[in-house]
Amino acid sequence: MLLPEVEYARPSSVQEALGLLSEYEGARPLAGGQTLVNVMKARAAAPDVLVDLQDLDELKGIDLGADGTVTLGAMVTYSDVIGSAEARARPILGEVCAQIADVQVRNRGTVGGNICSNDPTNHLPPLLVALGATMTIRAAGGERTVPAEQFFVGVYQTAAGPGELLTTISIPAGKADGFAAVTIGKDGTCIVNVAASLDGGSPCVVVGCVDAVPIVLRPGTDDEDAVRSAVRGANLQPPSDVHASADYRRHLAEVLAARAIRQAQGRRN
Amino acid sequence: MEAAAATAVRSKTITVEVNGVEYERDVEARRLLIHFLRDDLDLTGSHIGCDTGNCGACSILYDGLVVKSCMMLAVQADGAKVETVEGLADGDELTDLQQSFTAHHALQCGYCTPGMLMSATALLREKPHPTEDEIRKAIQGNLCRCTGYVNIVEAIRAVSQ
Repeated sequence: MLLPEVEYARPSSVQEALGLLSEYEGARPLAGGQTLVNVMKARAAAPDVLVDLQDLDELKGIDLGADGTVTLGAMVTYSDVIGSAEARARPILGEVCAQIADVQVRNRGTVGGNICSNDPTNHLPPLLVALGATMTIRAAGGERTVPAEQFFVGVYQTAAGPGELLTTISIPAGKADGFAAVTIGKDGTCIVNVAASLDGGSPCVVVGCVDAVPIVLRPGTDDEDAVRSAVRGANLQPPSDVHASADYRRHLAEVLAARAIRQAQGRRN
Repeated sequence: MEAAAATAVRSKTITVEVNGVEYERDVEARRLLIHFLRDDLDLTGSHIGCDTGNCGACSILYDGLVVKSCMMLAVQADGAKVETVEGLADGDELTDLQQSFTAHHALQCGYCTPGMLMSATALLREKPHPTEDEIRKAIQGNLCRCTGYVNIVEAIRAVSQ
């Protein structure tokens, strides 16, 4: 299918990319393109200018800090995460990336693209919220950091606004994490997903696909009944569609929360 | 060149190496890589099945990694090395994998085959002796509506023993 007419620029530094993004109204960053190219085909998005980030090596690093913090550049692909010894410090990262779509998509799709597209059915938004990640956003005027919990602000909307660029995602040390999803076909689009972590102080359970943004629950303890009760008490109002009714999504949220917390418990020291 | 990168353009001259041959062409920014390969270079081995990134018939190797060429712009491929199904055989001499597809009746209509071959080629280069699970995972992004996959998996397994 032909895409709508569009202009293209390929900057060689983040600074240059930011210049392009603020210079052209209707400019949009092009990361791996595994979402954006398809939504352009469907005419669901029609950016005037695509700013291709592929040459920005400063966004492609995976670093493991002395304190165990894993820092992912926004242009790191799912395959990069899966194959990275540094990213393995927080094992759930590679495990969840390996559940996204198929090898072709994992070779092109990026962590930054996944979270900046912020489709409510994406895997990484709830996961990164549960892990207590921090996003670094750069604009022409400077840099700021935003906790993952505040990064996702609405369907397809994040704290990274026009003229800004997500540069890195920092994930603190930990390993007692879990992730569970029911998908349309193996490794397909999520109907409901839940990420859980016991490493951020109090247990954190985050439900995806049920609202515009990931829903954060702090059940107080990691007792499975408490987790189930927290999900029930959250008064989730998920959408109904051809794949699942709202009632079924509510049911899945509880079941998957229990599965995710059990996986996290199994990984605690 | 540096100055050109800082400006947004509607079309661009790109240089792409495809199956060892360097091509220089003017392309519109909106042109998908699959259309560039099929319509501009006349390399029609890579197929368009779904056009939505689901079927994998357009799979190619891009700088050594298997990707779907319907989810990339041709301009993004400027400077890249691409391998398509046309690049597998050495003249009339099919690769072991291609011969194994024939021997195991791993295709019926053949529409998915170019993509299957590229995904399997990528797998075998990285992992010459994959398990059946690894084979199935490697072709997860390639849909076949004829074979039920059994013979495809068998064909790939047979050349990896």
